[in-house]
Amino acid sequence: MNLALKDIHHNLGRFLLTCLGLSLLLGIVLAMVGIYRGLVVESLGLVRAAGAQVWVVEGDTRGPFAEASRLPGDTRAVIAAQWGVAAAGGVSYQNVEAQHHGQTKRLLVVGAQIARPGEASALIAGRPIMRSRYEAIADQGAGLALGEQIKLGRDTFTVVGLTKNLVGSGGDPVLFVALRDAQKLQFDLTPAAARREIARSPGATGTIDTVNAILVQLLPGVDANRFAQEIGRWKHLSALTQDDQENVLARSVIDRARRQIGLFTTLLLTVSTVIIGLIIYTMTIDKKKSIATLKLIGAPDRRIVGLIVQQALAIGVISFLVGAVLINAGKGYFPRRVVLEPGDAAILFGVVLIVCLLASAFGVRTALKIDPASALAG
Amino acid sequence: MTEQAVVELRSIYKHFGEGSTRVDALRDISLDIYPGTVVGLRGPSGSGKSTVLNVIGCILEPNSGSMRLNGESVYDGKWLQSDLRRLRLEKIGFIFQSHNLLPFLNAWENVAIARILAGASLAQARSRALELLAYLGIERRKDATPGQLSGGEAQRVAIARALANDPRIILADEPTAALDSQRAGTVMDLLRRVAAEHSTAVIVVTHDEKIFDRFDHIFSLRDGALEDPLRKVA
Repeated sequence: MNLALKDIHHNLGRFLLTCLGLSLLLGIVLAMVGIYRGLVVESLGLVRAAGAQVWVVEGDTRGPFAEASRLPGDTRAVIAAQWGVAAAGGVSYQNVEAQHHGQTKRLLVVGAQIARPGEASALIAGRPIMRSRYEAIADQGAGLALGEQIKLGRDTFTVVGLTKNLVGSGGDPVLFVALRDAQKLQFDLTPAAARREIARSPGATGTIDTVNAILVQLLPGVDANRFAQEIGRWKHLSALTQDDQENVLARSVIDRARRQIGLFTTLLLTVSTVIIGLIIYTMTIDKKKSIATLKLIGAPDRRIVGLIVQQALAIGVISFLVGAVLINAGKGYFPRRVVLEPGDAAILFGVVLIVCLLASAFGVRTALKIDPASALAG
Repeated sequence: MTEQAVVELRSIYKHFGEGSTRVDALRDISLDIYPGTVVGLRGPSGSGKSTVLNVIGCILEPNSGSMRLNGESVYDGKWLQSDLRRLRLEKIGFIFQSHNLLPFLNAWENVAIARILAGASLAQARSRALELLAYLGIERRKDATPGQLSGGEAQRVAIARALANDPRIILADEPTAALDSQRAGTVMDLLRRVAAEHSTAVIVVTHDEKIFDRFDHIFSLRDGALEDPLRKVA
């Protein structure tokens, strides 16, 4: 006869409401972990989708995902001419806010060269950019359909292809355009501003042919580290391997988010511990007379401890499972991508079990201190 | 032939606190209680009735004296049994003023739990519980929860629970306090029947003068001491 289950059945309504409340809390914990995983996947997804082995960036910088990096566009030709290079392509990154059908869309506009490293890959619909002007490939998250047009700066772009799950580290969906379009978008001035600039510097013609990085694909057998070291010897350039780039991104961009989410997760777990502890303590106090009676008629301490610990574990397990189901069902409605990995869920489940055991300690201590003689008191 | 007392207390002393706060709860309590008898413990509040019950129930350690239960030395200046919990479980049944049934168990489960705690299987415990509920005339209420039972029915279930492990001693703390005189009489008759048929010593703490005539003996306590030991009433 399991006393914990009997007591739960006796107070089923209160128990289920408690579990529901706690499941929302644990669901949020799961969502936080899932959002962090999503952040990592999304951030690295863009870097990985570029398909480069080496990133050539401005000298003494760590690349466009960590800090400003600008290179003359013709550097691409110099890099492409190096031994071991299979292909090289210049890319630019810029955040743009565009008005579309009365809505403001924040986009990460990636300028890439046609048929060179950095252009959109893994399209889920449509075709790659083939015309050198005014075509775009949008991520599904941007809410743009094939054939739809969007105005960026002074130009209007037609969506010719779609990607999936490609966003910047800030969560903005990616929009690929041709590099020349991206450069124009970045540097083009209104006619009035252009006239003012010419008046200020009559001799300067200026150039807009700058890129943020040059992505390099190497020939088979060429060591990326060694190639990066060779490029690094040129004082005005730095080179990062793909692994370096991912590490930079993880350290500089994701690390803060990880700490923030880690802090919230810790706080939520602490709150969960306190709540479970309070619930178990309250349930123990409610059963004080029953526990005293059980002790008086000869129930061993392990039976009393079992009653409390099993209830704490039941609350934790049921709440976790309900929370996991809720988050799985609702993850599509989150503004950020939520990636729930079985490993994370297993770890959190283990943490919840430990939390339940810790939380039940106060109730167990209270129960063990109950004097059996108190059962005899009126 | 001299029958062996099932409860033997000799010069039991118990005090609470020390120095100026010291209260002598029991002073030189000596009494014998025999199998098959129903004895009452009476006295004003604070006279030590419940303390005697707690000492016999092995839930309160005296300061000095000796105690034998069912022929075994249990206390002689210190506890002599290492497992008082098991002693309580196997030798002593408890009946409470407010029945103290576990609210999350139904009637038969409340009876069976005592048997299960003693190591019986669920099937064995259930069988024994139903047998006892039938014996006490409330088998039809076996699936009722304590909240669905009347005061008298609940007290019968509590008696059944106290009998579950065939104890040699039943300690009852004001078992009729919450009942009207008719039901109180019925409960006392049941306890007398249990004592007679199971050779159990039943010790009842009570203030209820209406049931004094149901006791074989009444011990009166005042200020922690026995006033008039072994006085037969009626």
